[in-house]
Amino acid sequence: MIHPIPPGTRDILPDEMRELRRLHLALIEVFESRGYGEVATPAIEYDEVLARGDGRTADSAYRFFDESGDLLALRSDMTVPIARLVASRYASAEPPLRFCYLANAFRAVRPQRGQMREFAQAGVELIGAPAPEGTAEVVEVLEAALDGAGLDRAVIGLGDADLFRQLLTELGLEGEVRDTILERLATHDLVGLEDELSRAGIGDEQVATCVALSQLRGGREVLDEARALGGAAVERATARIGETFEALEARGVAERVRVDLGLLRDLGYYSGAILEVYDPALGHVLGGGGRYDGLLKRFGVDLPAAGFALYLERVHVAQMEEESRRESGR
Amino acid sequence: MSVEVAGTSRANPTDGPLKLAVPRGALLGSTLDVLDATGIDTAAVRGESRALIFPGAEITLVTMRPSDVPTYVEAGAADVGITGKDVLLEQADRLVYELLDLGYGRCRMVLAGRKGDERLGEAQRRLGMMRIATKYPRIAERHFEATGRQVEAIEVKGSVELAPLTGLADGIVDLVATGRTLEENDLEVREEIVECTARFVANRVAHKLRAEEIDALTARLKEATGG
Repeated sequence: MIHPIPPGTRDILPDEMRELRRLHLALIEVFESRGYGEVATPAIEYDEVLARGDGRTADSAYRFFDESGDLLALRSDMTVPIARLVASRYASAEPPLRFCYLANAFRAVRPQRGQMREFAQAGVELIGAPAPEGTAEVVEVLEAALDGAGLDRAVIGLGDADLFRQLLTELGLEGEVRDTILERLATHDLVGLEDELSRAGIGDEQVATCVALSQLRGGREVLDEARALGGAAVERATARIGETFEALEARGVAERVRVDLGLLRDLGYYSGAILEVYDPALGHVLGGGGRYDGLLKRFGVDLPAAGFALYLERVHVAQMEEESRRESGR
Repeated sequence: MSVEVAGTSRANPTDGPLKLAVPRGALLGSTLDVLDATGIDTAAVRGESRALIFPGAEITLVTMRPSDVPTYVEAGAADVGITGKDVLLEQADRLVYELLDLGYGRCRMVLAGRKGDERLGEAQRRLGMMRIATKYPRIAERHFEATGRQVEAIEVKGSVELAPLTGLADGIVDLVATGRTLEENDLEVREEIVECTARFVANRVAHKLRAEEIDALTARLKEATGG
């Protein structure tokens, strides 16, 4: 007899579980060997506490009342719970603090899209280490994790969350117009972006600059191309990315990092460097991260922070694809 | 805004020649003309073959229904694709990068009702709600929501013009190119919702990992379509 489970959830059976466990262990070993201690936090938290992290986007899709009428929520990522944990338990500890996790998080799904309501994330949080060295360390751990998973063709995109926010401020764009433009950028709707920018009345040259910036991606040389487009916001963002890139080169881990000025992540708490991970064997993003220097402050501890999270199931799929690719000698 | 969720499709987006999703149907002719103008050989697609995939040295053409293009491109089963803005608007939750307005395939998404018939206004006034038949329920719902009116969007698959003629709906939301079909069925345009043209879209990961190829193709398409 078949008893249904909600769409976007699944059972994991022994063959898959064995492989996932191997991947778990490989990743945690990479994290632990670099001084990142594993933590676990409750899947259910007070809604009010999670919303403090990011009221706009990290709000959980699943809320319910407990027996005493308090509003609870299922976590939608691990970054906010760990910020909460650091503020509560490590407020007086000497930074930097290093934590890693392997945990399930929960998000709403759109029907019939093969999306997961409950999914596993593996990642790290580095608290109290500012840019650029802190960012570089996180990228180094990410690279080691990708190597540990056998994804030697994976690529890390490096962008800057503040580039367009500051550029639009510089152009005098605020309020709804600015939000719409940022959304066009986040969804990479270039046609809509050009429309919105033109309508904002900032002049054709500036419109062209914004559109061109969002398309700049590649090696370090794109920083020079960006700088040639001009403006103080671009200057600052390219300087930040340039410093991070130098720190990565100094650590010898810049090789698979691609600069991507069009990168914008959905989550509202990012500031400065942002990261995304891709593998040529998969059409979806494997994971991402970046800096969130303002997040801890919302919990009462003013410390810079950075981290990343990999979607475990996607990494597993990429692993499988890369394996069969190697076997078939493609 | 969309938050990405761990879905996993096992398409191999980035190995071999770039895969371009080509829309069959009304957009096919102009699409092939534009591809020819960029120097991509489309002779095989134009031929009698019933194949769906046409491998090329530089680009492989994959032909499909326009409404399937976002699905294939989002999953990386095609790296890039061409489809109508109407399709992209109706499937706005698909995460594909819209890189270029190709300008052809121009048509309008409109609200239409029977000529000289005030049923749309009557329904709105006396029932507080219009019944709208459409193949684009999400575009219709968004339009009426944005203009503060309530509708019941009735999704139909075939000739939408039939709905107001038979009393299934008070009006229709549909794509109109010349307006001839409306005219022949005694219908007229009441409101224009949005103008739609063909768009060039890309998979997120392919856009990052095959940046040079995709940027070069975008530039060629831009030139070929006079952008």
